[in-house]
Amino acid sequence: MAVLVRVFGDIDTAEEAVQDAFTAAVQRWPSTGVPPSPAGWIITTARNRAIDRFRREATRQDRHAQAGLLHAQDEPMEEGAVHDDRLRLIFTCCHPALATAARVALTLRLLGGLSTAEIAHAFLLPEPTMAQRLVRAKGKIRDARIPYRIPNEADLPGRIDAVLAVVYLIFNEGYTASSGDRLVRDDLCLEAIRLGRLLATLMPHEPEVIGLLALMLLIESRRAARTTPDGSLVLLADQDRGRWDQDLIAEGQAIVRRCLVLNRPGPYQIQAAINAVHSDAPTAAATDWWQILQLYNQLLSVAPTPVAALNRAVAVAEVEGADAALTVVDGLDLGSYYLFHAIRADLLRRLGRNAEAAKAYDAAMARAENTTEHDFLERSRQALVDRLKR
Amino acid sequence: MKQYLLSVYQPDGDPPPDLLAKVMPAVNAWEQELKTAGVWVFTAGLHPASTATVVRLHESEVLMTDGPFTEGKEHIGGFTIIKAPDLDAALEWSRKLTRATTLPTEVRPLQGEA
Repeated sequence: MAVLVRVFGDIDTAEEAVQDAFTAAVQRWPSTGVPPSPAGWIITTARNRAIDRFRREATRQDRHAQAGLLHAQDEPMEEGAVHDDRLRLIFTCCHPALATAARVALTLRLLGGLSTAEIAHAFLLPEPTMAQRLVRAKGKIRDARIPYRIPNEADLPGRIDAVLAVVYLIFNEGYTASSGDRLVRDDLCLEAIRLGRLLATLMPHEPEVIGLLALMLLIESRRAARTTPDGSLVLLADQDRGRWDQDLIAEGQAIVRRCLVLNRPGPYQIQAAINAVHSDAPTAAATDWWQILQLYNQLLSVAPTPVAALNRAVAVAEVEGADAALTVVDGLDLGSYYLFHAIRADLLRRLGRNAEAAKAYDAAMARAENTTEHDFLERSRQALVDRLKR
Repeated sequence: MKQYLLSVYQPDGDPPPDLLAKVMPAVNAWEQELKTAGVWVFTAGLHPASTATVVRLHESEVLMTDGPFTEGKEHIGGFTIIKAPDLDAALEWSRKLTRATTLPTEVRPLQGEA
């Protein structure tokens, strides 16, 4: 797909051609057998089909694309060229001139290979809405001529950040569906990790790129333990650590160690390191909270966001006590975020300020959009009320 | 080459004189840079939006009303048309223009090829 987008200079043409080629493959391969290089066969066939199409629609006079085709005729199909084409396509899909939602949809469609229906389903949107979003984004790429190019050295760090943000957004959307009743939409998480692996292959020397992959792998390793069979939420401290995926942990931790050697820390790497510390602890009580607090301090110095400060407060509670943590939390301007109230509620409960804790749970519930999280908060609040009655 | 329209959005009312004294030389230098690079096509500064008249068809009659088409506190204060190979190149010129004017600029592709 990436190769053909470059050859044709147009995403729609490339998509049509690939579809034609796959149809041809389905018809032919059962009798002729699978060719030695299936991907090469698809690309060559797609290119030929597109040339046929252009000849049929000669009135279209798409000189730009035709010129591209002629030029591409004798180009050898090299591994390195495919590599660069995919990288170019990633930077196009995640171009800052496109709206974030469009970047996410384009990346899933063109690099993840998800169908429009699948993307619409994953984001709980009607298919026509998602189709329109894709059409508009592809139209802007074409008409405003957003280039297929690996950004120059000066722009690269910022542009890589934009790409990573899109992949992490896909992962988070899968991890905690922002609304709806399933806590984890595995398909999106797996797709984000697949994209993360692709990026790590394409840019193996960018520490934040591999840091994001490590972060996603380490979070993903806890998926089985994160919900009970009936689908309700289990907090990190209460999880059955025997159900954590040790292969993913080993892979994630190995990357974190590689990041330490590279010694160019960034937000994704530090968050991965925090998760690696959790993965190291055989029991919740054995968690090295002091080290986690140090990592949060480092995270806040490179990327001071209120959400990071809120997460740091959880570590403060373990190292310095709930009182100190509550002071930190109350200093944050995050009143519209449900986790702010959920964490406050838990700290107040630990301090024995139960009436205030119940109120904070109410505030959290009012802001939680995900039913699984809402149910968890309700159970926590009920447990608190029950204890008060006894 | 493609052509792009770069519009500058300016708050209504006269800009403070000291700001103007700082901005104007920077904008002139930007325009000179465009010309030297061979990408400049056309530039115009506009009178304030309060001088605008809107003409529109109402049933079969053409009506005129005072004022700009869109109500707002900012309006286009001027525009430049440039030639650029792609959006990234156009955005780079727009970035420089925003730095020079301290104002938001909008980049929009023109139809067709230059």
